[in-house]
Amino acid sequence: MHTTDLLMALTQKELKVRYKHHAFGYLWSIANPLAYATIYFLVFKLVMKIDVENFPIFLVSGLFPWQWIANSLGVGPMTFIGNAPLIKKINFPRNFLSLVVVIQDMIHYLASIPIIIILMALFKIYPSWTWFIGIPTLAIIQLILSYSLNLFTATLNLFFRDTEKLVQMLMTFMFFLTPVVYKAEMVPKKFEALLLLNPFASLIISWRELFIRSELALNHIGIALCWAIALFIITQVTYKKLSWRFAEVL
Amino acid sequence: MQPIVEFSNVSKHYPHYHHITGGLKNLIFNLPKAIKEINEMRFQALKDISFSINKGECVAFIGRNGAGKSTTLGLIAGVLKQNEGRVAVNGRVSPLLELGGGFHPELTGIENIKLNGVLLGLSRSKVDDKLEEIIDFSELGEFIHQPIRTYSSGMLARLGFSVIASLEPEILLIDEVLAVGDARFQEKCLKRMQAFKEEGVTIILVTHSISDVEKLCDRAIWINDNKIKMDESAQEVVKEYIKFFEISHTQSLK
Repeated sequence: MHTTDLLMALTQKELKVRYKHHAFGYLWSIANPLAYATIYFLVFKLVMKIDVENFPIFLVSGLFPWQWIANSLGVGPMTFIGNAPLIKKINFPRNFLSLVVVIQDMIHYLASIPIIIILMALFKIYPSWTWFIGIPTLAIIQLILSYSLNLFTATLNLFFRDTEKLVQMLMTFMFFLTPVVYKAEMVPKKFEALLLLNPFASLIISWRELFIRSELALNHIGIALCWAIALFIITQVTYKKLSWRFAEVL
Repeated sequence: MQPIVEFSNVSKHYPHYHHITGGLKNLIFNLPKAIKEINEMRFQALKDISFSINKGECVAFIGRNGAGKSTTLGLIAGVLKQNEGRVAVNGRVSPLLELGGGFHPELTGIENIKLNGVLLGLSRSKVDDKLEEIIDFSELGEFIHQPIRTYSSGMLARLGFSVIASLEPEILLIDEVLAVGDARFQEKCLKRMQAFKEEGVTIILVTHSISDVEKLCDRAIWINDNKIKMDESAQEVVKEYIKFFEISHTQSLK
């Protein structure tokens, strides 16, 4: 079918273009989150002495999936603007461009999972069969969530160019408001409910439970899924309403 | 026979997106003014246009810059949507083509062919089948393995047209692409277009090249000030078109 061909061709292009000029190629998709992990370890463990056991794997199990979110959403506002020639000249489903960005980031994330496994092995924690259900489930939820937010910001940015600046700022906020470098339990009780208002919190908690304890945090997975579905519907409606104008605003 | 493309009383206007794309600050501080302007100030691109094109015809749209030619093509391609009237297209449209649109500078010639071919409607296996043919047509030799940012503009145009030449469209939309490469390659492009015509492909093109219109098209539609000024055989329209511009030219000299 032509739709799948289109998706494949666009994804291939993105993968090729991304590391074309870089001598280390794919290694960057691993080196990047690892570099962040190292700096956070220095700051939060060695300097601020955060009280979390096995902090390196705690960090990595949350930071790697977070990097996927951050990458997919960070480029969100540019998804359509960066592809202006295509949108102005060719009639194809524009939401594919968002899907391709997110699929690409997912591939990079999945490719970095072996690093998590190696690091965990150093702490004598090993993968289990639960991973075979957990990883695909969480990956799909995160795919829907990232796709929705990427498409939403991409669409919005065509009409309000300030979206780009807003997203940059919000993503920094979200990083600190999501339990990536700290435990959800460290959040004071009276603010705990606020974590539910963060679409990424439950997702990151679920990934961590899966990697470190080989457990499916069903309630968190459920919350993440609800967020994903809700955002997907909102985005789809917005996109349907506005997509016919894309070529004229670019 | 049912026409393959039919426009009935089509109008298209663009709102001025300036206040919105100018940023939130602009929008908020000028809100009443902005709303008024968005509602009132429109740029009229096409005004009450009607025409129909039959299968196998080769039609050129001519007219000055900003007359509304590319908007017409955009509407046929389905990239734009009309505000009034009806646009009916009864066939597989090859997308609105512009040489190199959709090419990525960092990818090689071959990689770009594969991407562009799929974007323009071929399946991946079809592109693979036709790869040799496309490369031969482009005459790019060893350059086909180089990133296209190293190409000259003539080479880019050749690569672009070579992909188009391999398509199997029912309706081919062409926006200013025939004037590419050197004289010999232009000749080759024209020949390929003739071949498309003989295969029964409907060709709709926008061009400023009067000689292309005469050589290739049966019919020409002259758009002036967002309306159809003339819709006749290519020779007739070209004759009037040249006359019109000679008059306005001598007038402006006086």
